[in-house]
Amino acid sequence: MDVDYALLKKGGFMRQKQKNCFSLRLKVVGGHLDAKQLSVIAEVAEKYGEGYVHLTSRQGVEIPFIKLDDIDDVKTALAKGDCEPGVCGPRVRTVTACQGKAICPSGCIDTYALAQELSERFFAKDLPHKFKFGVTGCQNNCLKAEENDIGIKGGIEVKWIEDKCIRCGVCENICRTKAISFEGERLILDESKCNCCGRCTKACPSDAWENNEGYILSFGGLFGNRIHKGEEIIPIIHDKKTLFRVIDTAVAFFGEYAKPGERFRFTIERIGEDIFRKIIEEAYNG
Amino acid sequence: MADYNIDEYTDITDVVCPVTFVKAKVAIEELEPGQVLSIHMNAGEPVQNVPRSMKEEGHKVLKLNKNDDGTYDLIVEKGDE
Repeated sequence: MDVDYALLKKGGFMRQKQKNCFSLRLKVVGGHLDAKQLSVIAEVAEKYGEGYVHLTSRQGVEIPFIKLDDIDDVKTALAKGDCEPGVCGPRVRTVTACQGKAICPSGCIDTYALAQELSERFFAKDLPHKFKFGVTGCQNNCLKAEENDIGIKGGIEVKWIEDKCIRCGVCENICRTKAISFEGERLILDESKCNCCGRCTKACPSDAWENNEGYILSFGGLFGNRIHKGEEIIPIIHDKKTLFRVIDTAVAFFGEYAKPGERFRFTIERIGEDIFRKIIEEAYNG
Repeated sequence: MADYNIDEYTDITDVVCPVTFVKAKVAIEELEPGQVLSIHMNAGEPVQNVPRSMKEEGHKVLKLNKNDDGTYDLIVEKGDE
């Protein structure tokens, strides 16, 4: 029987150097695995692999040394622990995320919830080449948003509430971009300098800020053979409807214009950055 | 800005997170409600977190003064128990 390696790869079975052995990639969203999943992964690695797993660079789990003949049994065993194989090849890959505001004091957005939404909408979607999403909660950028084809970074747009402010000066002193200054009793926020990191509002002892959470998008990041930092081309987005309209548009652009095996960044370069920018701006404006 | 008289001083420049907050918390617990503590701290993480933590503990941040050597003095009034 001929083995369809492309189909196996699509289903997360990565062919190893060793004959008839596969490193099985599992589906993971935002680096989140519960105890039941971990337990079944351990069982499968013991029984069908060599008793260990490899943690991939993008928060995935692979179980090496799965034998070709065991593939169906392995899938069945994993399903019992709510695990399923992941994907490889030309399609939307694992959506990565930091822990975000649900856990991290610095987080500005609920990264894991967004990663789940993105994964449900796009995971395994066939495209001309691999396509990666990454969600990071704030400017600290633990999840390295700009190395993804589409990166999403949480931010907070702030507005000063004059009558709650006690003029303690904490915000002015901790602002990294020097966007905040005082003229006597008045706070001056220079919006051209503000990067929406949210440090001022998080440190404020008197809650003297109105917070407007949002998503800062970057497009066309690469971190492989060529390195390119994904670029921000539109302002921070505050609602999911606009966010998904812009993302849908970017993915559709890639699906329509990319040549097989061409990463998003190269498609943008070949078709024209100005054209791509215009399409994204139109989607942003609705 | 309102005037204040400092009743006690503590220096947390010799410790790092999370001991910065612990040391400040221990110092303010020695005071009576309404008394004022000055907390000497380094730039960076302590300035980001200690003022907020003090507020969450029910105390009132009055002022953050920047010193010439890059350190800060946070002026906090102890809240009611």
